[in-house]
Amino acid sequence: MSSSEALTSQGYIQHHLTNLTLGVHPEHGFGFAHSSAEAADMGFWAINVDTMFFSILLGGLFIWFFRGVAERITAGVPGTAQNFVEWIVDFVEENVRGSFSARNPMVAPLALTIFAWVFMMNLMDLLPVDLLPYLFGQFLAVFGADPHHVFLRVVPTTDPNATFGMALMVFFLVLYYSVKIKGVGGFLGELTLQPFGKWGMPANLLLEGISLLSKPLSLALRLFGNMYAGEMIFILIALLYGGGVVLNLTGGLLQFVWAVFHILIITLQAFIFMVLTIVYLDMAHQEHH
Amino acid sequence: MNINLTLFAQMIAFAVFVGFCMKYVWPPIVNALAERKTKIAEGLAAAERGHQSKALGEQRALELMKDAKAAAAEIVGQAQKRATEIVEEAKGDARAEGGRLVASAQAEIDRETNRAREELRERVASLAVAAAEKILQKEIDVAAHRSLVDSFAKQL
Repeated sequence: MSSSEALTSQGYIQHHLTNLTLGVHPEHGFGFAHSSAEAADMGFWAINVDTMFFSILLGGLFIWFFRGVAERITAGVPGTAQNFVEWIVDFVEENVRGSFSARNPMVAPLALTIFAWVFMMNLMDLLPVDLLPYLFGQFLAVFGADPHHVFLRVVPTTDPNATFGMALMVFFLVLYYSVKIKGVGGFLGELTLQPFGKWGMPANLLLEGISLLSKPLSLALRLFGNMYAGEMIFILIALLYGGGVVLNLTGGLLQFVWAVFHILIITLQAFIFMVLTIVYLDMAHQEHH
Repeated sequence: MNINLTLFAQMIAFAVFVGFCMKYVWPPIVNALAERKTKIAEGLAAAERGHQSKALGEQRALELMKDAKAAAAEIVGQAQKRATEIVEEAKGDARAEGGRLVASAQAEIDRETNRAREELRERVASLAVAAAEKILQKEIDVAAHRSLVDSFAKQL
């Protein structure tokens, strides 16, 4: 695509919604995609470097901070960092205790990881939309790259790969514990023998199958949808900065208002992902009859 | 916006983070929280025990003080009794000693009286003899009349 594309509104939006994709293009060979079309052409065997980088960076940050506190933790008077960590751990543990009735030492750390990780990834949304992509483009321009063809999406949860990745892992855990607790027969019976009894087996399978499959889908799409829409609104607001003084001021006001509102959304989405994971795992641990 | 290999990479990253959190982050924090909980419970129980033992100690101190006062009063009473006894004893002793002294003085007086009487008797005897000698103006056998004079003197 030509560099003039980035100057139109459509191009600007398109630019912001394209991942930094590394893969093998059928025509250009191995390398970074120079446009969203090229990224799509790469098919499955490509990797979104920006999503991976930011998600692992933020997850690592979470692990590093919490591990640092856990190493120096004391049962005596806690310091500031320990207090903060304990507050979060207490909050997560309370939720697990409230929604999860079986005993499984994995659920609480899983919930903590989901909450902290998703929250931090969502938090990237509050950075000005152009800040990191612009800096990254200027940085690569030093090495001769065209900034208009350098993509960077800083919010990993606006990439369905990230949300589906987590949701699928949760889904596999649900399947694993369903089979482990109820046995293969029990799990299959749960899928086929209710709510209509054994003569309504096809209807049962249809209903239960949909309800089972809707779990990872709803988990992943809810988070992705919320964050994607939020990001999109930030991008649209950013378009206002191209106009005159009035539009600039309006844009500034709107961005502030939306950012404040977004603080609620990012926390809420992280919380919802965590709570639904706990609830799904609790259902997997429970015999229905 | 395409589903690609990132999906699996994200799943692996997620699994690694959860595993690490489960192994190295969650247990120490939760253990510390549980430990603090027991510590606080113990502290509260100890405070409760302290309160109880303080009340108990105060009660015991009051009892001890009461006992001590009673004992002191008893001791003072006994001492007073003993003092009275000692005074009485001393009075009795003094009376007895006085009586003895009076008696011995009386005996001395009696002895002295007897001695004086004896002496007087002898003197009177010899005086009588001398007087008789003088009166008779003659040789008298002293030895012959001696017993007569003695019996006379004894009648004095």
